[in-house]
Amino acid sequence: MTGLVEQLKAGLDAPICLTWELTYACNLQCVHCLSSSGRRDPRELTTAEAKRVLDELHDLQVFYINIGGGEPMIRRDFFELVDYSISRNVGVKFSTNGAFIDAAKARRLAAMDYLDVQISLDGTDAVTNDAVRGVGSYDTARRAMDHLADAEFGPFKISVVVTRHNVDQLDTFKQLADGYGAQLRVTRLRPSGRGADAWHDLHPTNLQQRKIYDWLLAHGENVLTGDSFFHLNALGESLPGLNLCGAGRVVCLIDPIGDVYACPFVIHDEFKAGSVRDAGGFAHVWKRSELFRELREPQSAGACASCGSYDACQGGCMAAKFFTGLPLDGPDPECVRGHGELALAGVGGGSVPRPAMDHSKPQRPTPVTLIRK
Amino acid sequence: MDQTIIDNPSIEAAPVLAEQPADELLEELLIEEISIDGMCGVY
Amino acid sequence: MACAASTERSRLTTVDAQHRSLTARALALHPQVSLRPEPFGALAYHYGTRRLVFLKHLDVVRVVQALDQHDSVGAAFEACGIESHRRPAFEKALTSLIESEMLHDR
Repeated sequence: MTGLVEQLKAGLDAPICLTWELTYACNLQCVHCLSSSGRRDPRELTTAEAKRVLDELHDLQVFYINIGGGEPMIRRDFFELVDYSISRNVGVKFSTNGAFIDAAKARRLAAMDYLDVQISLDGTDAVTNDAVRGVGSYDTARRAMDHLADAEFGPFKISVVVTRHNVDQLDTFKQLADGYGAQLRVTRLRPSGRGADAWHDLHPTNLQQRKIYDWLLAHGENVLTGDSFFHLNALGESLPGLNLCGAGRVVCLIDPIGDVYACPFVIHDEFKAGSVRDAGGFAHVWKRSELFRELREPQSAGACASCGSYDACQGGCMAAKFFTGLPLDGPDPECVRGHGELALAGVGGGSVPRPAMDHSKPQRPTPVTLIRK
Repeated sequence: MDQTIIDNPSIEAAPVLAEQPADELLEELLIEEISIDGMCGVY
Repeated sequence: MACAASTERSRLTTVDAQHRSLTARALALHPQVSLRPEPFGALAYHYGTRRLVFLKHLDVVRVVQALDQHDSVGAAFEACGIESHRRPAFEKALTSLIESEMLHDR
Protein backbone atom coordinates (compact mmCIF):
# COMPACT_ATOMS: atom_id res chain seq x y z
CA MET A 1 0.00 0.00 0.00
CA THR A 2 1.80 3.14 -1.22
CA GLY A 3 2.00 5.93 1.33
CA LEU A 4 -0.75 8.51 1.01
CA VAL A 5 1.70 11.36 0.44
CA GLU A 6 3.41 9.46 -2.40
CA GLN A 7 0.01 8.91 -4.02
CA LEU A 8 -0.86 12.60 -3.77
CA LYS A 9 2.52 13.70 -5.17
CA ALA A 10 1.70 11.67 -8.25
CA GLY A 11 -1.42 13.76 -8.71
CA LEU A 12 -5.12 12.93 -8.71
CA ASP A 13 -7.65 12.90 -11.55
CA ALA A 14 -9.18 16.05 -10.09
CA PRO A 15 -8.01 18.67 -7.62
CA ILE A 16 -9.10 18.28 -4.00
CA CYS A 17 -9.34 22.03 -3.57
CA LEU A 18 -8.34 24.97 -5.74
CA THR A 19 -8.06 28.74 -5.71
CA TRP A 20 -10.10 30.73 -8.17
CA GLU A 21 -9.24 34.40 -8.44
CA LEU A 22 -12.33 36.09 -9.79
CA THR A 23 -10.84 39.47 -10.59
CA TYR A 24 -7.60 41.45 -10.58
CA ALA A 25 -9.57 44.49 -9.46
CA CYS A 26 -8.96 45.50 -5.88
CA ASN A 27 -9.70 48.42 -3.60
CA LEU A 28 -6.41 47.84 -1.75
CA GLN A 29 -2.77 47.85 -2.81
CA CYS A 30 -1.11 45.51 -0.32
CA VAL A 31 2.65 45.69 -0.70
CA HIS A 32 3.02 41.90 -0.87
CA CYS A 33 0.06 41.06 -3.13
CA LEU A 34 0.77 37.70 -4.72
CA SER A 35 -1.33 38.52 -7.77
CA SER A 36 -0.16 42.14 -8.22
CA SER A 37 -3.81 43.13 -8.19
CA GLY A 38 -5.41 46.56 -8.49
CA ARG A 39 -6.90 47.03 -11.94
CA ARG A 40 -9.49 44.77 -13.57
CA ASP A 41 -8.23 42.87 -16.61
CA PRO A 42 -10.56 43.45 -19.57
CA ARG A 43 -10.21 39.78 -20.54
CA GLU A 44 -11.94 38.60 -17.35
CA LEU A 45 -14.14 35.52 -17.60
CA THR A 46 -17.78 36.37 -18.21
CA THR A 47 -20.51 35.18 -15.85
CA ALA A 48 -21.43 32.47 -18.35
CA GLU A 49 -17.84 31.30 -18.68
CA ALA A 50 -17.49 31.23 -14.91
CA LYS A 51 -20.59 29.09 -14.54
CA ARG A 52 -19.23 26.65 -17.09
CA VAL A 53 -16.08 26.33 -15.01
CA LEU A 54 -18.24 25.58 -11.98
CA ASP A 55 -20.11 22.94 -14.00
CA GLU A 56 -16.75 21.32 -14.71
CA LEU A 57 -15.73 21.46 -11.07
CA HIS A 58 -19.02 19.79 -10.19
CA ASP A 59 -18.37 17.00 -12.69
CA LEU A 60 -14.85 16.54 -11.29
CA GLN A 61 -16.26 16.43 -7.76
CA VAL A 62 -14.08 19.26 -6.51
CA PHE A 63 -15.46 19.64 -3.00
CA TYR A 64 -14.26 23.09 -1.99
CA ILE A 65 -12.81 26.15 -3.64
CA ASN A 66 -11.14 29.28 -2.34
CA ILE A 67 -12.54 32.26 -4.21
CA GLY A 68 -10.06 35.13 -4.14
CA GLY A 69 -8.65 37.90 -6.28
CA GLY A 70 -7.94 40.92 -6.08
CA GLU A 71 -11.08 41.57 -4.08
CA PRO A 72 -13.70 39.06 -5.28
CA MET A 73 -16.68 40.99 -3.89
CA ILE A 74 -15.97 43.72 -6.43
CA ARG A 75 -17.41 41.52 -9.17
CA ARG A 76 -21.06 42.38 -9.79
CA ASP A 77 -21.88 38.68 -10.18
CA PHE A 78 -20.10 37.70 -6.95
CA PHE A 79 -23.19 36.42 -5.11
CA GLU A 80 -24.60 34.90 -8.28
CA LEU A 81 -21.43 32.85 -8.74
CA VAL A 82 -21.18 31.85 -5.09
CA ASP A 83 -24.81 30.72 -5.09
CA TYR A 84 -24.26 28.83 -8.33
CA SER A 85 -21.16 27.11 -6.98
CA ILE A 86 -22.96 25.93 -3.88
CA SER A 87 -25.91 24.76 -5.95
CA ARG A 88 -23.46 22.61 -7.92
CA ASN A 89 -22.07 21.02 -4.75
CA VAL A 90 -18.81 22.97 -4.83
CA GLY A 91 -18.40 24.40 -1.34
CA VAL A 92 -17.00 27.91 -1.17
CA LYS A 93 -14.55 29.79 0.97
CA PHE A 94 -13.89 33.31 -0.21
CA SER A 95 -10.94 35.49 0.80
CA THR A 96 -11.70 39.15 1.27
CA ASN A 97 -10.32 42.35 2.80
CA GLY A 98 -13.81 42.97 4.20
CA ALA A 99 -14.42 46.36 2.56
CA PHE A 100 -17.71 45.18 1.05
CA ILE A 101 -19.10 43.36 4.07
CA ASP A 102 -21.53 45.78 5.63
CA ALA A 103 -24.32 44.80 8.03
CA ALA A 104 -26.68 43.82 5.21
CA LYS A 105 -24.10 41.73 3.37
CA ALA A 106 -23.14 40.06 6.62
CA ARG A 107 -26.75 39.04 7.16
CA ARG A 108 -26.97 37.80 3.59
CA LEU A 109 -23.82 35.73 4.06
CA ALA A 110 -25.07 34.39 7.39
CA ALA A 111 -28.18 33.06 5.65
CA MET A 112 -26.10 31.02 3.21
CA ASP A 113 -24.95 27.50 3.89
CA TYR A 114 -21.75 25.71 2.82
CA LEU A 115 -20.00 29.05 2.70
CA ASP A 116 -16.84 30.06 4.58
CA VAL A 117 -15.51 33.60 4.81
CA GLN A 118 -11.84 34.38 5.28
CA ILE A 119 -10.77 37.90 6.20
CA SER A 120 -7.18 38.98 5.63
CA LEU A 121 -5.32 40.70 8.44
CA ASP A 122 -1.56 41.18 8.77
CA GLY A 123 -1.30 42.94 12.10
CA THR A 124 -3.09 43.01 15.45
CA ASP A 125 -3.08 46.79 15.40
CA ALA A 126 -3.53 49.37 12.67
CA VAL A 127 0.12 50.43 12.68
CA THR A 128 1.43 46.95 11.90
CA ASN A 129 -1.37 45.96 9.57
CA ASP A 130 -1.73 49.15 7.59
CA ALA A 131 2.01 49.35 6.86
CA VAL A 132 1.44 46.34 4.60
CA ARG A 133 -2.21 46.60 3.61
CA GLY A 134 -2.79 50.34 3.48
CA VAL A 135 -4.25 53.11 5.61
CA GLY A 136 -7.65 52.19 7.02
CA SER A 137 -7.43 48.49 6.10
CA TYR A 138 -7.20 47.33 9.71
CA ASP A 139 -10.39 49.18 10.64
CA THR A 140 -12.09 47.85 7.52
CA ALA A 141 -11.22 44.26 8.38
CA ARG A 142 -12.31 44.59 12.01
CA ARG A 143 -15.57 46.21 10.97
CA ALA A 144 -16.30 43.31 8.64
CA MET A 145 -15.57 40.86 11.44
CA ASP A 146 -17.88 42.75 13.77
CA HIS A 147 -20.66 42.72 11.15
CA LEU A 148 -20.25 38.96 10.72
CA ALA A 149 -20.34 38.47 14.47
CA ASP A 150 -23.45 40.67 14.82
CA ALA A 151 -25.16 38.74 12.04
CA GLU A 152 -24.29 35.47 13.81
CA PHE A 153 -22.48 34.18 10.76
CA GLY A 154 -20.68 31.63 12.87
CA PRO A 155 -16.97 30.81 12.72
CA PHE A 156 -15.19 32.76 10.00
CA LYS A 157 -11.47 32.60 9.23
CA ILE A 158 -8.81 35.21 9.86
CA SER A 159 -5.87 34.83 7.51
CA VAL A 160 -2.48 36.23 8.40
CA VAL A 161 0.61 36.37 6.21
CA VAL A 162 3.50 36.05 8.63
CA THR A 163 6.10 38.79 8.25
CA ARG A 164 9.10 40.13 10.10
CA HIS A 165 6.82 42.66 11.75
CA ASN A 166 4.00 40.46 13.00
CA VAL A 167 5.82 37.33 14.18
CA ASP A 168 5.64 38.60 17.75
CA GLN A 169 1.88 39.05 17.41
CA LEU A 170 0.99 35.39 16.92
CA ASP A 171 -0.41 34.97 20.42
CA THR A 172 -2.43 38.16 20.04
CA PHE A 173 -3.78 36.98 16.68
CA LYS A 174 -4.91 33.78 18.39
CA GLN A 175 -6.64 35.77 21.12
CA LEU A 176 -8.34 37.93 18.50
CA ALA A 177 -9.60 34.87 16.65
CA ASP A 178 -10.72 33.21 19.88
CA GLY A 179 -12.60 36.36 20.83
CA TYR A 180 -14.69 36.08 17.68
CA GLY A 181 -14.93 32.30 17.80
CA ALA A 182 -13.05 32.48 14.51
CA GLN A 183 -10.46 30.13 13.07
CA LEU A 184 -6.94 31.48 12.71
CA ARG A 185 -4.95 30.77 9.60
CA VAL A 186 -1.28 31.79 9.44
CA THR A 187 0.53 31.43 6.14
CA ARG A 188 3.96 31.85 4.71
CA LEU A 189 4.95 34.96 2.78
CA ARG A 190 6.21 34.11 -0.69
CA PRO A 191 8.14 36.50 -2.97
CA SER A 192 5.26 36.36 -5.47
CA GLY A 193 3.62 39.21 -7.33
CA ARG A 194 4.40 42.49 -5.58
CA GLY A 195 5.82 40.27 -2.84
CA ALA A 196 8.99 39.94 -4.90
CA ASP A 197 9.89 43.53 -4.08
CA ALA A 198 8.68 43.43 -0.49
CA TRP A 199 10.17 40.06 0.35
CA HIS A 200 13.66 41.09 1.38
CA ASP A 201 12.30 43.52 3.96
CA LEU A 202 9.31 41.47 5.07
CA HIS A 203 10.31 37.83 5.22
CA PRO A 204 11.02 36.47 8.70
CA THR A 205 14.62 36.17 9.89
CA ASN A 206 16.16 32.80 10.72
CA LEU A 207 15.55 33.37 14.41
CA GLN A 208 11.95 34.31 13.70
CA GLN A 209 11.44 31.15 11.62
CA ARG A 210 12.44 29.14 14.68
CA LYS A 211 9.87 31.13 16.69
CA ILE A 212 7.18 30.40 14.11
CA TYR A 213 8.04 26.71 14.11
CA ASP A 214 7.95 26.47 17.92
CA TRP A 215 4.67 28.37 18.03
CA LEU A 216 3.07 26.13 15.42
CA LEU A 217 4.18 23.01 17.28
CA ALA A 218 2.50 24.39 20.37
CA HIS A 219 -0.71 25.59 18.66
CA GLY A 220 -0.88 23.52 15.49
CA GLU A 221 -4.04 21.69 16.55
CA ASN A 222 -6.19 24.80 16.42
CA VAL A 223 -4.48 26.90 13.78
CA LEU A 224 -4.53 26.33 10.04
CA THR A 225 -1.39 26.96 8.04
CA GLY A 226 -2.40 25.96 4.53
CA ASP A 227 0.49 23.54 4.97
CA SER A 228 2.74 26.46 4.03
CA PHE A 229 5.52 25.97 6.56
CA PHE A 230 6.76 22.51 5.68
CA HIS A 231 10.18 23.97 4.85
CA LEU A 232 10.53 24.43 8.62
CA ASN A 233 10.22 20.69 9.25
CA ALA A 234 14.00 20.44 9.04
CA LEU A 235 14.06 22.08 12.48
CA GLY A 236 12.75 18.97 14.21
CA GLU A 237 9.55 16.93 14.29
CA SER A 238 7.28 17.56 11.34
CA LEU A 239 4.43 20.02 11.67
CA PRO A 240 0.94 18.56 11.43
CA GLY A 241 -0.45 18.27 7.91
CA LEU A 242 0.39 16.65 4.62
CA ASN A 243 3.68 18.52 4.30
CA LEU A 244 3.73 18.38 0.56
CA CYS A 245 3.68 20.92 -2.27
CA GLY A 246 0.20 20.54 -3.68
CA ALA A 247 0.77 22.67 -6.79
CA GLY A 248 -0.42 20.86 -9.92
CA ARG A 249 -0.96 17.69 -7.90
CA VAL A 250 -3.94 18.28 -5.64
CA VAL A 251 -4.47 22.03 -6.03
CA CYS A 252 -4.07 24.74 -8.66
CA LEU A 253 -5.11 28.30 -9.52
CA ILE A 254 -7.67 29.53 -12.04
CA ASP A 255 -6.94 33.20 -12.61
CA PRO A 256 -9.43 35.96 -13.54
CA ILE A 257 -8.85 35.53 -17.28
CA GLY A 258 -9.18 31.75 -17.11
CA ASP A 259 -5.51 30.85 -17.11
CA VAL A 260 -4.59 27.82 -15.03
CA TYR A 261 -1.41 27.97 -12.95
CA ALA A 262 0.14 25.39 -10.64
CA CYS A 263 -0.76 27.56 -7.65
CA PRO A 264 -1.52 31.22 -6.80
CA PHE A 265 2.10 31.87 -5.84
CA VAL A 266 3.50 31.10 -9.27
CA ILE A 267 1.58 33.36 -11.65
CA HIS A 268 4.25 33.17 -14.35
CA ASP A 269 4.49 31.52 -17.77
CA GLU A 270 6.90 28.96 -16.34
CA PHE A 271 4.05 27.58 -14.23
CA LYS A 272 1.12 28.15 -16.56
CA ALA A 273 -0.61 24.90 -17.49
CA GLY A 274 -3.19 26.22 -19.95
CA SER A 275 -6.52 28.01 -20.03
CA VAL A 276 -10.11 27.08 -19.23
CA ARG A 277 -10.90 28.68 -22.60
CA ASP A 278 -8.85 25.99 -24.41
CA ALA A 279 -10.69 23.12 -26.05
CA GLY A 280 -11.41 20.58 -23.33
CA GLY A 281 -11.75 23.27 -20.68
CA PHE A 282 -10.38 23.04 -17.16
CA ALA A 283 -10.61 19.24 -16.98
CA HIS A 284 -8.33 18.81 -19.96
CA VAL A 285 -5.76 21.23 -18.52
CA TRP A 286 -5.81 19.47 -15.16
CA LYS A 287 -5.49 15.99 -16.56
CA ARG A 288 -3.34 16.47 -19.66
CA SER A 289 -1.19 19.59 -19.46
CA GLU A 290 2.54 19.16 -19.97
CA LEU A 291 3.34 21.22 -16.86
CA PHE A 292 1.15 19.22 -14.52
CA ARG A 293 2.42 15.94 -15.93
CA GLU A 294 5.97 17.11 -15.16
CA LEU A 295 5.06 18.19 -11.64
CA ARG A 296 3.50 14.78 -10.99
CA GLU A 297 6.76 13.01 -11.82
CA PRO A 298 9.12 12.32 -8.90
CA GLN A 299 11.08 15.52 -8.32
CA SER A 300 14.85 15.62 -8.16
CA ALA A 301 16.48 16.66 -4.91
CA GLY A 302 19.32 18.10 -6.95
CA ALA A 303 21.69 20.09 -4.77
CA CYS A 304 19.70 19.03 -1.68
CA ALA A 305 20.33 15.32 -2.22
CA SER A 306 23.27 15.23 0.17
CA CYS A 307 21.42 17.07 2.94
CA GLY A 308 19.94 14.89 5.66
CA SER A 309 16.94 17.22 6.03
CA TYR A 310 15.57 16.82 2.50
CA ASP A 311 13.01 14.17 3.46
CA ALA A 312 11.55 16.55 6.02
CA CYS A 313 11.62 19.83 4.07
CA GLN A 314 11.53 18.48 0.49
CA GLY A 315 13.56 21.42 -0.69
CA GLY A 316 10.85 23.88 0.31
CA CYS A 317 8.65 26.00 -1.93
CA MET A 318 8.89 26.30 -5.73
CA ALA A 319 7.55 29.85 -5.65
CA ALA A 320 10.06 30.98 -3.01
CA LYS A 321 12.90 29.59 -5.09
CA PHE A 322 11.67 30.76 -8.46
CA PHE A 323 11.03 34.38 -7.55
CA THR A 324 14.33 34.78 -5.72
CA GLY A 325 16.20 33.51 -8.77
CA LEU A 326 17.16 30.16 -7.23
CA PRO A 327 17.05 26.87 -9.14
CA LEU A 328 14.08 24.63 -8.36
CA ASP A 329 16.30 21.62 -7.64
CA GLY A 330 18.14 23.26 -4.78
CA PRO A 331 17.55 24.89 -1.40
CA ASP A 332 14.68 27.17 -0.49
CA PRO A 333 15.82 30.78 0.08
CA GLU A 334 14.71 30.37 3.70
CA CYS A 335 16.37 26.97 4.15
CA VAL A 336 16.75 26.57 7.91
CA ARG A 337 20.22 25.09 7.44
CA GLY A 338 21.38 28.29 5.73
CA HIS A 339 21.92 26.66 2.33
CA GLY A 340 19.47 29.08 0.73
CA GLU A 341 21.29 32.19 1.94
CA LEU A 342 24.49 30.81 0.48
CA ALA A 343 22.80 30.13 -2.84
CA LEU A 344 21.19 33.61 -2.93
CA ALA A 345 24.62 35.21 -2.72
CA GLY A 346 25.34 33.75 -6.13
CA VAL A 347 22.20 35.08 -7.82
CA GLY A 348 22.85 37.82 -10.38
CA GLY A 349 20.73 40.98 -10.16
CA GLY A 350 19.23 40.66 -13.61
CA SER A 351 18.36 36.99 -13.41
CA VAL A 352 15.41 37.13 -11.00
CA PRO A 353 12.13 36.35 -12.87
CA ARG A 354 9.46 39.04 -12.87
CA PRO A 355 5.75 38.26 -12.40
CA ALA A 356 3.78 37.47 -15.58
CA MET A 357 1.46 40.45 -15.42
CA ASP A 358 1.14 43.50 -13.26
CA HIS A 359 -2.38 44.72 -12.57
CA SER A 360 -1.19 47.16 -9.94
CA LYS A 361 -2.75 50.59 -10.02
CA PRO A 362 -0.33 53.25 -11.18
CA GLN A 363 1.53 54.98 -8.38
CA ARG A 364 -0.37 58.00 -7.15
CA PRO A 365 1.67 60.97 -8.41
CA THR A 366 3.27 63.10 -5.71
CA PRO A 367 0.94 66.06 -5.10
CA VAL A 368 2.24 69.17 -6.77
CA THR A 369 1.54 72.54 -5.20
CA LEU A 370 0.08 74.79 -7.86
CA ILE A 371 1.46 78.31 -7.71
CA ARG A 372 -1.06 80.94 -8.73
CA LYS A 373 0.45 83.71 -10.78
CA MET B 1 8.64 -16.04 25.72
CA ASP B 2 10.55 -18.96 24.18
CA GLN B 3 12.66 -20.54 26.93
CA THR B 4 15.64 -21.09 24.60
CA ILE B 5 15.83 -17.34 23.94
CA ILE B 6 15.77 -16.48 27.64
CA ASP B 7 18.48 -19.04 28.37
CA ASN B 8 20.84 -18.03 25.57
CA PRO B 9 22.88 -14.96 26.59
CA SER B 10 24.33 -14.39 23.11
CA ILE B 11 20.83 -13.91 21.68
CA GLU B 12 19.87 -11.52 24.47
CA ALA B 13 22.93 -9.43 23.68
CA ALA B 14 22.07 -9.19 19.96
CA PRO B 15 20.67 -5.82 18.76
CA VAL B 16 16.89 -5.64 18.32
CA LEU B 17 16.00 -5.13 14.67
CA ALA B 18 13.21 -2.70 13.76
CA GLU B 19 10.10 -4.73 13.08
CA GLN B 20 8.25 -4.34 9.84
CA PRO B 21 4.62 -3.62 10.62
CA ALA B 22 2.47 -6.68 10.12
CA ASP B 23 -0.29 -6.48 7.53
CA GLU B 24 -2.79 -6.03 10.34
CA LEU B 25 -0.97 -2.92 11.57
CA LEU B 26 -0.72 -1.46 8.06
CA GLU B 27 -4.42 -2.00 7.65
CA GLU B 28 -5.10 -0.18 10.87
CA LEU B 29 -4.11 2.99 9.05
CA LEU B 30 -7.09 2.63 6.74
CA ILE B 31 -8.42 6.13 7.44
CA GLU B 32 -6.58 9.42 7.51
CA GLU B 33 -8.18 12.77 8.10
CA ILE B 34 -6.79 16.06 6.88
CA SER B 35 -8.19 19.54 6.61
CA ILE B 36 -9.81 20.45 3.29
CA ASP B 37 -8.29 23.84 3.91
CA GLY B 38 -4.88 22.44 4.74
CA MET B 39 -3.24 21.85 1.39
CA CYS B 40 -0.25 23.86 0.28
CA GLY B 41 -1.00 26.08 -2.69
CA VAL B 42 -4.34 27.45 -1.46
CA TYR B 43 -4.42 30.68 0.52
CA MET C 1 -5.22 -16.85 39.76
CA ALA C 2 -9.00 -17.31 39.73
CA CYS C 3 -9.55 -13.52 40.17
CA ALA C 4 -7.20 -12.71 37.26
CA ALA C 5 -9.03 -15.17 35.05
CA SER C 6 -12.48 -13.77 35.81
CA THR C 7 -11.24 -10.19 35.32
CA GLU C 8 -9.80 -11.29 32.00
CA ARG C 9 -13.13 -12.93 31.12
CA SER C 10 -15.06 -9.72 31.96
CA ARG C 11 -12.63 -7.63 29.89
CA LEU C 12 -13.09 -9.97 26.95
CA THR C 13 -16.85 -9.85 27.41
CA THR C 14 -16.81 -6.02 27.27
CA VAL C 15 -14.60 -6.00 24.17
CA ASP C 16 -16.76 -8.73 22.69
CA ALA C 17 -19.90 -6.70 23.41
CA GLN C 18 -18.48 -3.57 21.76
CA HIS C 19 -17.42 -5.69 18.79
CA ARG C 20 -20.85 -7.23 18.51
CA SER C 21 -22.58 -3.90 18.87
CA LEU C 22 -20.73 -2.34 15.92
CA THR C 23 -21.10 -5.35 13.65
CA ALA C 24 -24.81 -5.49 14.41
CA ARG C 25 -25.43 -1.89 13.42
CA ALA C 26 -27.02 -0.80 10.14
CA LEU C 27 -24.97 2.13 8.88
CA ALA C 28 -24.97 4.50 5.94
CA LEU C 29 -22.96 7.42 4.63
CA HIS C 30 -24.22 10.67 6.10
CA PRO C 31 -26.37 12.43 3.47
CA GLN C 32 -24.04 15.43 3.46
CA VAL C 33 -21.04 13.25 2.58
CA SER C 34 -19.67 12.92 -0.93
CA LEU C 35 -17.51 9.90 -1.76
CA ARG C 36 -15.02 10.37 -4.57
CA PRO C 37 -13.26 7.19 -5.81
CA GLU C 38 -9.50 7.41 -6.29
CA PRO C 39 -6.86 4.90 -7.46
CA PHE C 40 -5.73 4.46 -3.83
CA GLY C 41 -9.22 4.21 -2.36
CA ALA C 42 -11.42 7.24 -1.99
CA LEU C 43 -11.89 10.73 -0.63
CA ALA C 44 -14.88 11.36 1.61
CA TYR C 45 -15.94 14.95 2.28
CA HIS C 46 -18.65 16.14 4.66
CA TYR C 47 -20.04 19.41 3.30
CA GLY C 48 -21.47 20.38 6.67
CA THR C 49 -18.43 19.84 8.89
CA ARG C 50 -15.83 20.50 6.11
CA ARG C 51 -14.03 17.36 7.25
CA LEU C 52 -12.06 15.45 4.65
CA VAL C 53 -11.10 11.82 5.09
CA PHE C 54 -8.90 9.60 2.96
CA LEU C 55 -10.06 6.00 2.72
CA LYS C 56 -6.69 4.43 2.11
CA HIS C 57 -7.60 1.01 0.81
CA LEU C 58 -10.03 -0.08 -1.90
CA ASP C 59 -11.51 -2.70 0.43
CA VAL C 60 -12.56 0.00 2.93
CA VAL C 61 -14.28 1.81 0.10
CA ARG C 62 -16.13 -1.34 -0.97
CA VAL C 63 -17.29 -1.93 2.60
CA VAL C 64 -18.47 1.67 3.00
CA GLN C 65 -20.33 1.48 -0.31
CA ALA C 66 -21.93 -1.82 0.73
CA LEU C 67 -23.16 -0.61 4.13
CA ASP C 68 -26.54 0.75 3.09
CA GLN C 69 -27.36 -2.38 1.12
CA HIS C 70 -26.91 -4.67 4.11
CA ASP C 71 -28.71 -4.96 7.44
CA SER C 72 -25.50 -4.90 9.45
CA VAL C 73 -21.81 -4.12 9.32
CA GLY C 74 -21.19 -7.82 9.79
CA ALA C 75 -23.26 -8.65 6.72
CA ALA C 76 -21.37 -6.01 4.72
CA PHE C 77 -18.05 -7.58 5.78
CA GLU C 78 -19.32 -10.98 4.63
CA ALA C 79 -20.56 -9.65 1.31
CA CYS C 80 -17.21 -7.92 0.69
CA GLY C 81 -15.23 -11.00 1.60
CA ILE C 82 -13.33 -9.39 4.48
CA GLU C 83 -11.57 -12.22 6.30
CA SER C 84 -12.07 -12.30 10.06
CA HIS C 85 -8.44 -11.53 10.91
CA ARG C 86 -8.75 -8.21 9.05
CA ARG C 87 -12.04 -7.17 10.62
CA PRO C 88 -10.67 -5.50 13.76
CA ALA C 89 -8.80 -2.98 11.59
CA PHE C 90 -11.93 -2.39 9.51
CA GLU C 91 -14.06 -1.98 12.64
CA LYS C 92 -11.58 0.60 13.87
CA ALA C 93 -11.88 2.42 10.54
CA LEU C 94 -15.68 2.38 10.64
CA THR C 95 -15.71 3.54 14.25
CA SER C 96 -13.49 6.44 13.29
CA LEU C 97 -15.84 7.30 10.41
CA ILE C 98 -18.81 7.25 12.79
CA GLU C 99 -16.96 9.53 15.21
CA SER C 100 -16.20 12.00 12.42
CA GLU C 101 -19.88 11.89 11.39
CA MET C 102 -19.12 10.48 7.96
CA LEU C 103 -21.22 7.42 8.76
CA HIS C 104 -24.40 7.26 10.81
CA ASP C 105 -26.95 4.72 11.96
CA ARG C 106 -29.83 4.12 9.54
